[in-house]
Amino acid sequence: MNEIKYTVKDFKSENEVRWCPGCGDYAIMNAVQRTMADMNLKHEQYAVISGIGCSSRFPYYMSTYGFHTIHGRATAIASGVKCANPDLNVWVITGDGDGMAIGGNHFIHLIRRNIDLNVILFNNKIYGLTKGQYSPTTDRGFKTKTSPFGTIEEPFVPGQLVIGARGNFFARTIDTNLKLSQEVFAEAAKHKGTSVVEVLQNCVIFNDGIHNQITDSEYRLERQLVLRHGEPMIFGNDQNKGLMSVRGKLKVVTIGENGVTLDDILVHDAHDPDPSLHLALVNMQLPDFPVVFGVIRDVEAPVYDHEMVKQINAIKQSSPIKNVDNMLHSGNTWVVEDNGNGKTSGELCKKLR
Amino acid sequence: MKEAKVIELDEVAIRFSGDSGDGMQLTGTLFSDASALLGNDISTFPDYPSEIRAPQGTVGGVSGFQVQFGRKAIHTPGDFAHVLVAMNPAAVKANAKFMNPGGTIIFDSDAFNEKNFKKAGFTTDDPFTECNLLDYNKIPVPITTLTQESLRDLGLDNKSILRSKNMLALGLVCWIFNRPLDYIEEYLKTKFAKKPLVVESNLRVLHAGYNYGNNLQHTTPQYMVNPATIEPGIYRNINGNQATGWGLIAAAEKAGLELFVGSYPITPATEILQTLAERKDLGVKSFQAEDEIAGIATAIGAAFAGDLAVTTTSGPGFALKSEAIGLAVMAELPLVIVNVQRGGPSTGLPTKTEQSDLLQALYGRNGESPVVVLAASTPSDCFWYAFKAAKIALERMVPVVLLTDGFLGNGSEPWKLPTMAELPEIKPRIAKDASTFKPYKRDEETLAREWAFPGMDGFQHRIGGLEKNIAGTVSHDPENHQKNTDIRKAKVDRVVSLVPDLEVCGDESGDVLLVGWGGTYGHMLSTLRELRQEGKNVSLAHFNYIMPLPSNVNEVFSRFKKIIVCELNLGQFASYLRDKVPGFTYHQYNKVQGLPFTVKELKSAVTKLLEE
Repeated sequence: MNEIKYTVKDFKSENEVRWCPGCGDYAIMNAVQRTMADMNLKHEQYAVISGIGCSSRFPYYMSTYGFHTIHGRATAIASGVKCANPDLNVWVITGDGDGMAIGGNHFIHLIRRNIDLNVILFNNKIYGLTKGQYSPTTDRGFKTKTSPFGTIEEPFVPGQLVIGARGNFFARTIDTNLKLSQEVFAEAAKHKGTSVVEVLQNCVIFNDGIHNQITDSEYRLERQLVLRHGEPMIFGNDQNKGLMSVRGKLKVVTIGENGVTLDDILVHDAHDPDPSLHLALVNMQLPDFPVVFGVIRDVEAPVYDHEMVKQINAIKQSSPIKNVDNMLHSGNTWVVEDNGNGKTSGELCKKLR
Repeated sequence: MKEAKVIELDEVAIRFSGDSGDGMQLTGTLFSDASALLGNDISTFPDYPSEIRAPQGTVGGVSGFQVQFGRKAIHTPGDFAHVLVAMNPAAVKANAKFMNPGGTIIFDSDAFNEKNFKKAGFTTDDPFTECNLLDYNKIPVPITTLTQESLRDLGLDNKSILRSKNMLALGLVCWIFNRPLDYIEEYLKTKFAKKPLVVESNLRVLHAGYNYGNNLQHTTPQYMVNPATIEPGIYRNINGNQATGWGLIAAAEKAGLELFVGSYPITPATEILQTLAERKDLGVKSFQAEDEIAGIATAIGAAFAGDLAVTTTSGPGFALKSEAIGLAVMAELPLVIVNVQRGGPSTGLPTKTEQSDLLQALYGRNGESPVVVLAASTPSDCFWYAFKAAKIALERMVPVVLLTDGFLGNGSEPWKLPTMAELPEIKPRIAKDASTFKPYKRDEETLAREWAFPGMDGFQHRIGGLEKNIAGTVSHDPENHQKNTDIRKAKVDRVVSLVPDLEVCGDESGDVLLVGWGGTYGHMLSTLRELRQEGKNVSLAHFNYIMPLPSNVNEVFSRFKKIIVCELNLGQFASYLRDKVPGFTYHQYNKVQGLPFTVKELKSAVTKLLEE
């Protein structure tokens, strides 16, 4: 097959992009378009499915097949798209409200089934489209229009949900880091099965600066740990800080202090089927730990749509029923001979034929 | 030896009844199949509790199966049973009101003891008197003891032995109604091929029951019900849920598409999903979703991606799907939504039948959200209307709701098998010319848009729940919204060109027109037949197409002096007709008991109207 060459431009639609100026969504879409352009897949094979929310306008700005659906259901609708045509490359665009609140049930069941979809979860910890109410990922105590005195609930950590639902791919990136986003989107697309990428996204209007503690260039390197499979978990302005496992718990250490050497630092194994370390990494929070980015978990497992096709093909082979006529005549049937007594069914009003 | 008394009958209804663990559904089904094979026309109706295993011996735990069979066309399972097989006192209590006066009650005399009387809530040791069943032919049979006796030397434990009790009852009833045992024997041998001991024990008990009848002939009459005169052909028994599933599979084959079903289990619709899940050999993709919403959502996704997409449910599930049906209306995707109606509101009567979701199907959504609504009228014609629902959805790019109900879904009848060759063509509106394609460009005649799905080169487009212009671009323009709202309505109205004219059974004009819709057809037709035999000037118009209505309704109605609309709700179709076909006085007969009509009550309602 000839290499298919596309550019970012090939994935932009004619529709004017209408996110707020400065919104993090622009950068995320740019990363998605770059990822698709590099994927060596025919343009018509892409489908982008979204729910409701600011980020869910995404499909209108793409030149691929797109379906802007209803609140919370993008994961379920995309599951149907993929089952109908497993050859497609299907992307789900959802947010912390759409995916974690109203669509929470579909989200965990998608992950459990492991349908081959790429889910991008835009997490800005706020409801933007309805203008500033708290979401399931809003931090406890945070004041919003519907929590004027601070929330009294615990937030979800999306990565915990993914791993709790027995997910096999989870990555985290941030809107401002285009290169990292593109890198993890490509990994997500490559992974067979449900891939969830959480993008920490800034809402300039209703939650501006929510991720600043992590993103500000001043202390970015001290507060972000970018994981790469097979590489040691090190970070810091001088790249001399790292993670060790001490009595089953993660600990931040400094290389060169207290006898710690590079060999003591944990090496990231994204392919480890045991999710316990992945879960610990996902849970790391400021100020005791840096926040983890990159592909945290990437494990091979049976894929729903592959299994579906396999099962259908196997049963098609072995079953004597090859068409509807066969089916109608299968099992117990009997023949009524013409006994010349006339036909009672003439009494029935046949309305259809 | 005395000669056995043989009574010839045109039709007989038998009700098998016992604890929900007694195997009454299987007993009834085997008896029905054996009768159909003999050439009787049959109609069956299972009547089971919503608890899987309610406390043994209680009225709440009684499971029943009624079959009517005869030498004429049979349209209902019968209002009242001629013969009741009661495995315990609770079965007598639960079914007393369904007995034909002077009927026969065969009961397990071993189970008629003080303990069971108490469990069934009897206060004396004479359940028959308490239930006012004095003038009935009561045949005590020690079913439990006979079963134990015939299996004494097989080395089975008592629990396994008692599991065969239903076969004793079945053997006995087969003798009484002169049914040969060969079909049932064959069934047992195939079903338990890997368990020879189970085959042996069941066959022994079955024969013991049959022989017991033979020896009993001085006390019980034997009935002869001769074969019906039925149109020649190849037949099978089918229930409405299976027929619905098969109709959808047939539509997919005819349309050259793959079938996707996204559903969540719900009584009494679950069997459709099960029927479809079995058909991987025909490429059916069955998706058991995490909830009702995901059921329809996955189906909408599959429709977007080019499959014939279906979701199946009952009333409460249909309510959960409302918002997503609106999306299918807006996105103008082909989708079939099957609602096997049950008693409502809320959880209501899950295992019982009703027609109270009509207005929900027509109007239960936000916004102006028209869909096509069809209703099947017999167990076997669920096949045709499921097929037709798919045809309309695919050719007109519109969601179609198919209403059946618990009575049709669970009830069965013999069905003359069609061939695929005789089914009408289905031509999905798959887009062909990318250069002129626009997502909301329409056929001038039908107003249907074209269908292009991911994977088709050059047709890339975006759709969604927001109002759009012809190019698929989001539009909040007031005139555009008005125009599109009108178009979506007109598109459904124009489906009328696929709707056959309303036909009248009986005279084309007269005193009273009975009007019904959907699953009450058998009872309406039997009512009509009996009233006309009595010389009454009545006719029947039964509706399968609700939205849009057939184009000749007004003209048909105008030929009758009085119209009575009969339905299993408080008058939903009657109000709909008052709105859509004004100018007539619509009398009503309604019932909301979770039960089908009885012919008797319908006859008395119509007779009353005739006399007014």
